[in-house]
Amino acid sequence: MAEVRAVVLRAAGINCDMETEHALELAGAEAKRVHINKIIADKSSLDDYQILVFPGGFSYGDDVAAGKILANQVMHHLREAVRKFIDDGKLVLGICNGFQVLVKAGILPGATNGESQTASHDSRVTITYNDSGKFEDRWVYLAPQTDRCVFIEPGRQIYLPIAHAEGKVVTREPAALEELKSERHVAFKYVDKDGKEGDYPVNPNGSTDSIAGLTDTTGRVLGLMPHPERFVRPTQHPHWSRLEGEADGDGMTIFNNAVKYARENL
Amino acid sequence: MQTCQADKLQDEKEGTDVVRQWRFEVFNRSGFPDVHGGQVLEDIKELGISSVEAVQSARVYLIEADFEEGFAQRVGRELLTDPVCEQHYIGRSGAPAGLARATLIEVHLKSGVTDPVAESVMTAIADMGVKAKHVRTARKYVLLGEISTSQADTIAKKILANDCIEDVVIGDEAEPPSPHLKPYELNLVHWPIRELDDDGLVALSKEKDLFLNLVEMQTIQKHYQELGREPTDVELETLAQTWSEHCVHKTLKSSVDMTVDGEQIHFDNLLKETVFKATEQLGKEWCISVFADNAGVVEFDEDSAICFKVETHNHPSALDPYGGSATGIGGVIRDPMGTGLGARPIANTDIFCFGEPDKKLEDIPKGVLHPRRIMKGVVAGVRDYGNRMGIPTVNGAIYFDDRYLGNPLVYCGNIGIMDKSKCFKNPQSGNLIVMVGGRIGRDGIHGATFSSGQMTHEHETVFSHAVQIGNPITEKKMLDVLVQANEAGLYEAITDCGAGGLSSAVGEMGQNLGAEVDLEKAPLKYAGLSYTEIWISEAQERMVVAVKPENLAAITKIFDDENVESTVVGRFTDDKKLRLRYNGELVGELDMEFLHEGVPKYSRKALWVSPKLTEPSLPEKDNYNDELLQILSSYNVASKEWVIRQYDHEVQGGSVVKPLMGVANDGPSDAAVIRPKFDSDRGLAISCGMNPVYGDIDPYWMALAGIDEAIRNIVCVGAQPDRIALLDNFCWGDCTKPETFGPLVRAAQACYDGAMAFGAPFISGKDSLNNEFACEDGTTISIPSTLLISAISMVDDVNKCVTMDAKKAGNLLFVVGETKNELGGSHYYKIKGHSGANVPKVDLGMAPRIARGISRAIAGSVVVSCHDCSEGGLAVALAEMAFAGGLGIEADLRGLPASKDCSRTDAQLFSESNSRYVVEVEPDKYDAFAKLMLNLPFGQIGKITDQKTLLIREEDGTPVVEADIDSLKQAWQKTFDW
Repeated sequence: MAEVRAVVLRAAGINCDMETEHALELAGAEAKRVHINKIIADKSSLDDYQILVFPGGFSYGDDVAAGKILANQVMHHLREAVRKFIDDGKLVLGICNGFQVLVKAGILPGATNGESQTASHDSRVTITYNDSGKFEDRWVYLAPQTDRCVFIEPGRQIYLPIAHAEGKVVTREPAALEELKSERHVAFKYVDKDGKEGDYPVNPNGSTDSIAGLTDTTGRVLGLMPHPERFVRPTQHPHWSRLEGEADGDGMTIFNNAVKYARENL
Repeated sequence: MQTCQADKLQDEKEGTDVVRQWRFEVFNRSGFPDVHGGQVLEDIKELGISSVEAVQSARVYLIEADFEEGFAQRVGRELLTDPVCEQHYIGRSGAPAGLARATLIEVHLKSGVTDPVAESVMTAIADMGVKAKHVRTARKYVLLGEISTSQADTIAKKILANDCIEDVVIGDEAEPPSPHLKPYELNLVHWPIRELDDDGLVALSKEKDLFLNLVEMQTIQKHYQELGREPTDVELETLAQTWSEHCVHKTLKSSVDMTVDGEQIHFDNLLKETVFKATEQLGKEWCISVFADNAGVVEFDEDSAICFKVETHNHPSALDPYGGSATGIGGVIRDPMGTGLGARPIANTDIFCFGEPDKKLEDIPKGVLHPRRIMKGVVAGVRDYGNRMGIPTVNGAIYFDDRYLGNPLVYCGNIGIMDKSKCFKNPQSGNLIVMVGGRIGRDGIHGATFSSGQMTHEHETVFSHAVQIGNPITEKKMLDVLVQANEAGLYEAITDCGAGGLSSAVGEMGQNLGAEVDLEKAPLKYAGLSYTEIWISEAQERMVVAVKPENLAAITKIFDDENVESTVVGRFTDDKKLRLRYNGELVGELDMEFLHEGVPKYSRKALWVSPKLTEPSLPEKDNYNDELLQILSSYNVASKEWVIRQYDHEVQGGSVVKPLMGVANDGPSDAAVIRPKFDSDRGLAISCGMNPVYGDIDPYWMALAGIDEAIRNIVCVGAQPDRIALLDNFCWGDCTKPETFGPLVRAAQACYDGAMAFGAPFISGKDSLNNEFACEDGTTISIPSTLLISAISMVDDVNKCVTMDAKKAGNLLFVVGETKNELGGSHYYKIKGHSGANVPKVDLGMAPRIARGISRAIAGSVVVSCHDCSEGGLAVALAEMAFAGGLGIEADLRGLPASKDCSRTDAQLFSESNSRYVVEVEPDKYDAFAKLMLNLPFGQIGKITDQKTLLIREEDGTPVVEADIDSLKQAWQKTFDW
């Protein structure tokens, strides 16, 4: 069986790298946390990996806007390398701050013209301040919206925590939203326990159309605000002490699917 | 995209360089909500100004760089502006045309104040290929509506800006000048002391903000008379920092003559004969390092150790709630990082004391911020720093009392994990002194001495320089590289630059060696700092490591690889002298022994006179629904979900018992449990206990109640009762007053008695004295005597942890521990306007037995939920269990184990007697549970139902509380539904 190798990108202010590495290892990957400076210095080092993860945190303090400074760094130093990574059929996952980076670097939702990236300042989608105006840590239900994304088990609703101040997905105009939907970019929506969309706190940040995560046209790039790496074992569930016989945490599905795909295809 | 309307470029001469300043304003596009502006508008309405119709907010960037218009447009478009929600404007936008009257207000950081965003923008512009010379950021507000100049001023002062760190520009004026400062030229300053008389000594101490008293000044004078020379400024500053209350705790270590109700007792060294003594006598083999390092260290498992420290940051938080609390948490995180050879931080705790947040503006003393603003700012500061560091904030409490109005308390704690083999430092002569992390600026000068003095209405202006501004990302970067350097074994010792900056870090590390420092080598945020400022600045995010010369290249590479600055500033010697140089010239030389051992020993007087108090006589009632609802919604008891959710309590992936648990994830957990290692089910539990109001009756019982509460909380979740380690944090008023010091002595005595009874040693502690506020009219508000007890313990298997929410209809409910007639200081009396006399006591024989009994029952899996009875008594505990579980409870007070004098229904419902637990047990575990509780006071008081009602019957069977759990929960949640 081929070894699946994943790289978890570190940068100033990234702080979910250890638990993300752990989740990937639980899923059977050989995971490594690597500082962005090392990758910029040796871009070909990305060739060693099949999965690239932008983990959560506050890269550069979320100065200017969440993920913005790191996105700027990725655009100016790693644009081609990441494009090649995706074009090679490999997987990219952005969690929370990592999702913000992928969107602000133009990697998600990505261009529709076959390119894997769009110029970031032409992007018609962004992630901005929660309607509540503050950082919140709370658990949400997520309903998958696509069968294209290799990270996602279609039809399986999952329960994960969010922890962010800027998680509201917005589009520049209604047409851009329609395009996200028609091009099947929407990966996850916030729903209630019964799978229905709703207002706060079901939709914790006021995200347009309850969007919680996006994928690109290949389905091999996923970005989402909730933290799958924070629910990989039963006692992380917020009322685990009331439940009986809970299996792996819901977050493992995302890592398991990624590793399985990489093992079978890459 | 708007174009450059007018040429606002400003040329600025500095040397021969002519650099353009580009001004960018970034606004929200119409159609996208301006969340920040909306919040400001809400705050303005809250202030009582109704004529403002809308607030538009903008970010302003002032960038000095040699780039052209085309590149400037790119910076605006690609970097500073969100392509969807925002638009930028280059130059200065005027007031929007055709709208209501607009007032423009800009808020700039004062020169020298750290601007983290500016640093990131510099980095990002460099990533785009151009090096900017200087970046500053500001915030701009456009207020639409008719307001007077004085109203604009009020809005600016009360909402938008903090005078300590920010400048306000109202109207369409130019921004404050750029802080380009002239380089410093050495000017060696002596502060003559040898010839001064006593008045002169006191005057010198006051004039230089040394906060040294006459005896200390005389001691220093004598020392310099013996040396036959005058001290330099940096020598006196170093002595003042090292001898400050903040650093040496001279009050708690003093000898004490105490009068207790006419009887005399004496201590040679208060701390050594109370708190320390218990730890010594208990001699627990799992205590690795206690009261010695930056944090107390205990064993976690075979390989790892845990360290824990709680600090206060009270005075800075009073002046600048956001910056004060942020640097409070930032500072205490560096304590575990600087313990032994460095721990990795794994959890934060935060406990705050504020004035009640509904105070009218006119009732706030001059020089004091409104308690609501203080609370919001403090919470935001801890949130932003803790969350950015990636450390979960798992435990906390907030306590309200109007005596905290001028002097709020901000306790910040941090827990770290480390290799058991790396718990001790070993600096050696010849090691290089390497400063790592942030640069030095003028921020935080005199923090240690300032925090040791009394607050006054003038502090706002006089001590603004004592406020520090944090940059958590600098600290996170530093943590990331220090962990690697530690793993590689590349340094011999580490400590943080906390209070006193380099002065305390180098002074402490070199205490038994000697050290020489070349101050001009230290990297500065900006030019112009004198050698003394460099030495004593408390600029944040810095640590000092002792490095063998042969390891310097390797450790520097680790730092450089992740853009963390490090500098060799000196070396440790072997002559027990501290030698400071600037450009080769000696500017200070101190004897290490005099510096560390020279502080005079004090003898203090303490007085305790038992107050003459009486119990109120309240009529008995048939029904106590209203009282229960009122207590549930009182500030101290009400849900703190508004605060808790703003903290990331799950980062690092170790959370087991979260601060909020239960069927709707909103019940109040007794303690937090984390699982710090990915490969082990061993857990760590964290809790706290505090009740200042009991101290008004008797601080001895207040302290024991705090210990009992912290232990109850930690036992409730399933932690081991024989592995509990405690921390003490005393916050008191002016302890030179015997009547203020007396209560502290009593509390310290209780710490000894409690630690011995529970077998729970204190491992670390801290005191903050002089928590008083001197009002303009000459009156002084002293805080209530406040002792925070924090506890940690180990959990063998996190899968066996128990939470407080009621689990299942049909389960049986027990109360363990006796309810006594102890309503003194209770919330029940408080809502009735009384304080009473019967303060809850602790039966030191019984309390540890009950804790062990509960713990055995949890370990034996016969308990499905467990909640401690504390504020609000049994009724509140039952209500919380019921609504957290979304289930009803039927209880009957006939089953309550109560003392003979506790026959009244209100006392049974609301007495806050210690050592009580409410326990839920499945019916088929009844026998097993009863067997474990043998010889303990316990009784079955009811059962869990699916009726969604809390029903409590009194002894004759009639209901005295009958309320549906939704209304109870709503009462509990509405108070902080902000």
